[in-house]
Amino acid sequence: MKAQEVLAGLKKEFGAAIRDATIQKNENNMKKKTVAERIWFHIGRKQLHDAVAYLCKKYPDPHFAVCSGYDLGKEIDILYHFTVNYGVRASEITITMHVLLPKKDAVVDTITDLIPGAIISEREMQEMLGIKVKNIPDGRRLFLDPSFPRGVYPWRKDETGPHKLIRNVHGGDSK
Amino acid sequence: MTLEKKENSYSICVGPVHPALKEPVKLNMEIDGEKVIGVDFELSQVHRGIEWAATRRNPLQVLFLAERICGICNMCHMLSFSRAIETIGDIHAPPRAEYIRVIGAELERIHSHILWAGVAAHELGFDSLMHYTWKLRENVLDTIEYITGNRITKGLITIGGVRHDIPEKKIPRILESVNFYYSHFDKMAKVFLNDPVIKSRTRDVGILSRRDALTTCAVGPTARASGVKKDVRKDEAYAAYQDFDVEPILPDAYTGEIHGDVYDRVLVRLLEVKQSAEIIEKAVKSMPKGPIAWEEKPAVILAKLKPLVGEGIGRHEAPRGEVIHYVKLVGEESPYSWKVRAPTYNNMMPWVPMLMGEQIADIPIIAASIDPCMSCTNRAVSADKTTTMYTMDQLRRLSFLKTRELKRGLGK
Repeated sequence: MKAQEVLAGLKKEFGAAIRDATIQKNENNMKKKTVAERIWFHIGRKQLHDAVAYLCKKYPDPHFAVCSGYDLGKEIDILYHFTVNYGVRASEITITMHVLLPKKDAVVDTITDLIPGAIISEREMQEMLGIKVKNIPDGRRLFLDPSFPRGVYPWRKDETGPHKLIRNVHGGDSK
Repeated sequence: MTLEKKENSYSICVGPVHPALKEPVKLNMEIDGEKVIGVDFELSQVHRGIEWAATRRNPLQVLFLAERICGICNMCHMLSFSRAIETIGDIHAPPRAEYIRVIGAELERIHSHILWAGVAAHELGFDSLMHYTWKLRENVLDTIEYITGNRITKGLITIGGVRHDIPEKKIPRILESVNFYYSHFDKMAKVFLNDPVIKSRTRDVGILSRRDALTTCAVGPTARASGVKKDVRKDEAYAAYQDFDVEPILPDAYTGEIHGDVYDRVLVRLLEVKQSAEIIEKAVKSMPKGPIAWEEKPAVILAKLKPLVGEGIGRHEAPRGEVIHYVKLVGEESPYSWKVRAPTYNNMMPWVPMLMGEQIADIPIIAASIDPCMSCTNRAVSADKTTTMYTMDQLRRLSFLKTRELKRGLGK
């Protein structure tokens, strides 16, 4: 299985909903060359759930690694990292889906109905980025202490970020 | 995961500070009689904001910050971060450096797995075995110190290579260490796998089915013990792993069957110690010659990294499972975003199916069976026979002396 085929399959299924798709190659310098292929693309938040369902159907048990995310000013970019085709030598393919959420309406569907293990990442994104995961089975805080103030999101870079809470370490803003 | 109460059930809380746990995590259990009927956990009693701090530092500084994420398997974070940056910049580490990375990573796996075996013995109440296994672990720590100058925090990796070479004269000592583990493997296997008491405490306890392992996204030995063939060393065959034909170790290789219980997780880790020793032996015997870094001068590395724009993923099979780092660079001095996913993050959810229906007394060993990551950055200071207390200043002076001594030994 090649990354090219995986991406072509996804493009066929979702058409214009997949934007900015690239395949990045991570080669090593050894005599027996191996190439780790990484697929990156943007997908609309309405199609995210369908895209994950497609992955689960086409490549049974895709490994969900983690979600990462960051603040882009007016939008929040969240990334879902998956790997498929594990168990075959030097052929695992990493698939990363970017989902852009406008800050004013930062809501995304849960994928825990497809991959129950994603709950930790979804809970983390809710508290760290201040997004809302729709239909999340358990939306409590997980990483932040109950005493941590509400409305402060550690991964944000705007006024709701953690800057005011940091004192004299890591180049924090307040003294 | 919220706990449901039943008539006559009661709640107990294990952690965040509890004799059975070596690291702070809070496990809330709903108990009916002796049986666990509900599991919930609270994390992050040691959240340090390292990812945030990284957005204020340059990649070479972040490398050392990454190393301080974990006190046991720290090289995995350095390596994953380097690989993420290397992907963005299309940088290739020289073959010799990739071999040294493999040797470092496998030495780390031996020390981490043996440390865990000791903890497991302790959780079972078998403290003499704990001391025996930790005595065995000293050998690999000494070897790591011999190569890198430190027992735990190795500082071995740099972006595009490694920081310490392994000269020819050091190879016999490494092979000696490998042979040491070969010669003790049978005894360890005999005690851990055939002792009737250990067997009765671990066989069919804390079962994680293959299906549950897949749906909860388990990684590393936890997943492999349940029969999931998943090992980044094979799946991605990065660094020099392609040369060693690494196969994921499943428990049926030894017993012919897969239960997915604590016994299988002990078994997988023990067999991986042997596997790591074999990889190291092959690697030191066939190390290619050549440079050990793409660029040695830190200032030049930083100058070349600064204009980079892009995003990258670095993955590595750490002793506990897959580590994955995501890095986004935007042409500034510091990364725009950095996300670290350590294996225990994924191995928390499997706790729920493992612990359900088990006895209270088995909570410690089941909780420990995923090898939850705990920091052990403290190094022992050998005190004088008259038990002298050292002050902070004296300790610092001692560490300066030690560093100087090591530098001489490393031929710098």
